[in-house]
Amino acid sequence: MEFYRSHVLVCAGTNCSLKGNRAVREALVQEVARRKLDREVKVVETGCFGLCEQGPTIVIYPEGVLYCQTTVADIPEIVETHLLKGRLVQRLLYKEPVATKPVQTAPELDYFKRQVRVVLRNCGLINPEVVEEYLAQGGYQALGKALTTMSPDEVIATIKNAKLRGRGGAGFPTGLKWEFARKAAGSRKYIVGNADEGEPGTFKDRLILEGDPHSVLEGMAIAGYAVGADYGYIYIRGEYTLSIKRLKLAIEQARKLGLLGRDIFGSGFDFDVEIRTGAGAYVCGEETALFESLEGGRGEPRVKPPYPTDAGLFGQPTSINNVETLANVAPIISRGADWFRSLGTERTPGTKVFTLTGDIVNEGLIEVPMGITLREVIYDIGGGTKDGKTFKMAQTGGTSGGCLPQELLDVPMDYDNLAAAGSALGSGALLIMDDTHCIVDVAKCFARFFEHESCGKCVPCREGTMRLYQLVDKITRGEADEGTIPLITALAEMMYKSPLCPLGQTAPLPIMSTLKYFRDEYDAHINEKRCPTGTCKAIAARVQVAD
Amino acid sequence: MKSLKELDQIREKALEMTRVRQGQGLVKIVVGLGTCGIAAGARDVMAAILDELSKRGLTSVTVSQTGCVGLCDQEPLVDVIKAGEPRVTYGRVTPEVARKIIAQHVINHQVLGEWVIATKEA
Ligand SMILES: Cc1cc2nc3c(=O)[nH]c(=O)nc-3n(C[C@H](O)[C@H](O)[C@H](O)COP(=O)(O)O)c2cc1C
Repeated sequence: MEFYRSHVLVCAGTNCSLKGNRAVREALVQEVARRKLDREVKVVETGCFGLCEQGPTIVIYPEGVLYCQTTVADIPEIVETHLLKGRLVQRLLYKEPVATKPVQTAPELDYFKRQVRVVLRNCGLINPEVVEEYLAQGGYQALGKALTTMSPDEVIATIKNAKLRGRGGAGFPTGLKWEFARKAAGSRKYIVGNADEGEPGTFKDRLILEGDPHSVLEGMAIAGYAVGADYGYIYIRGEYTLSIKRLKLAIEQARKLGLLGRDIFGSGFDFDVEIRTGAGAYVCGEETALFESLEGGRGEPRVKPPYPTDAGLFGQPTSINNVETLANVAPIISRGADWFRSLGTERTPGTKVFTLTGDIVNEGLIEVPMGITLREVIYDIGGGTKDGKTFKMAQTGGTSGGCLPQELLDVPMDYDNLAAAGSALGSGALLIMDDTHCIVDVAKCFARFFEHESCGKCVPCREGTMRLYQLVDKITRGEADEGTIPLITALAEMMYKSPLCPLGQTAPLPIMSTLKYFRDEYDAHINEKRCPTGTCKAIAARVQVAD
Repeated sequence: MKSLKELDQIREKALEMTRVRQGQGLVKIVVGLGTCGIAAGARDVMAAILDELSKRGLTSVTVSQTGCVGLCDQEPLVDVIKAGEPRVTYGRVTPEVARKIIAQHVINHQVLGEWVIATKEA
């Protein structure tokens, strides 16, 4: 075993890759070798650290010093000044927007101070391609504990007790789902990991899989034991190439160590996992459409019931869970339900991983306790709106969620509170918009998305999403009249109730939330034929013609 | 994987490999790697320390570096900091002395008096 005095961690997540982390890493390796430090200093690739806005990031241990926005040109200086001479490269340290002194290490950053890392416990800390690094952090201990000291019913009781709820959007109690699948009759049972992640603005599952693939495999194996399933599939978007590569490697490593395969931990329990890739349709993230696609069919939802736990994949009892849900399982088994319930809120314990995007200073990936307010996330962690512009709204839960105005910034974020506010927690996408955006134009984008993604199987969704788009589009063109909003409202009422799957059922939600909180902007478009932000060009052109 | 015990054994080994990222071992060694230190041979001292630790499997020791502290004449400087003990600074350390520091001071708690240039209460 090699001993190095220093480990230099370079983020190798996709977001940093887009900013040239590969070149930075290669330059680092070369420079370390050139300076003959390669026996002293080890360069380690890790998964996403969360600070995407500041990427590519480098963390140097044992000091834990964080360097931000590094480029190939910075590498000789980092190696010479820090690794050779032991001094800080001041200019590459992170600078808080308001603080006077640069920050040296990641835990000192406001961005990390408020975070609680359960799901992301290893992201940015370990090399995801080396299974020993996961083991060093206590990896597969929970699986060992479950298989050798707990009965499947005890595992289910623990997850139920922890009140873990599905992180894929609907918030269904995970323990209950497992229990249904366990009790269902079937010749074979399956576990499915849902890594389709089609929600615009959501990229947490990708970064979890890139940064810590074994945490998801371990969760699946525990789920398999609890449910009585000996096989699992991970359904993942085809364009997630890095996640797929790392997952494949992780599966091979786990098989080699006997952590997947036959008679795991000598318990008689067999479990193996296979990857299936999707082609990127939004609806294929919906569980029954996902089964259809996984079976080789056309990705369209099935009529429910029967529910997946009775007749899911290949018609057999199936427990399908989101990647983040699965990554929560091992810590709960290791540390117990009481520990998990001490985090977050009464009805939704634990943490939530959010992806912060839009007009916000620190775009990136964060994990915070459930129940934190939007205000805390946006201002304490996110650093506030970009370029000093005024906050207008935050969309929570991705495109299927609603838009919340300034007045609702203090709503605690969990499934129930956000639903009560007319929005959703959903998959944890947080899109922040400043006041340069026109609300009707934004609503039109949502409507367009659903019209495009509707699979067309059921009429209320196929026709409804199209009409919804046409109506909102009319408003942006100045062609709407006093009948338009009542029509949208009636259409929404119908769509909340009749489509086959939640894609159609939630399609009106974002639009209705903008109507609820920003009605005056709609009125300006309809009554005065005016777009207050000047975004809707068609309305301006039309007014000119009329003049 | 046949048992939890087997997993624990693999884990122990793996933990050693990544301990440097925990930031604090029970013993910390700091080598002066300013230009003056390097000119006086601090690189070889560093190499000797790492080699000795590696040979002895002493991975709970963290090794870091510092720049010039103004005692250029005494370089290479090596500090040994043990939890609850005074910080000991050695001067004009050679690779051989560095190996002795590991064997005697770090392992056997015997400070090498003749090479010490300063001690400071923790
Ligand atoms: C249109 C649509 C898209 C969905 N996309 C995803 C997705 O990408 N990932 C996901 O985990 N769940 C998605 N879901 C939710 C799944 O149907 C299902 O509820 C979830 O995978 C269950 O896992 P959980 O209980 O761990 O949340 C989607 C649902 C709908 C209606």
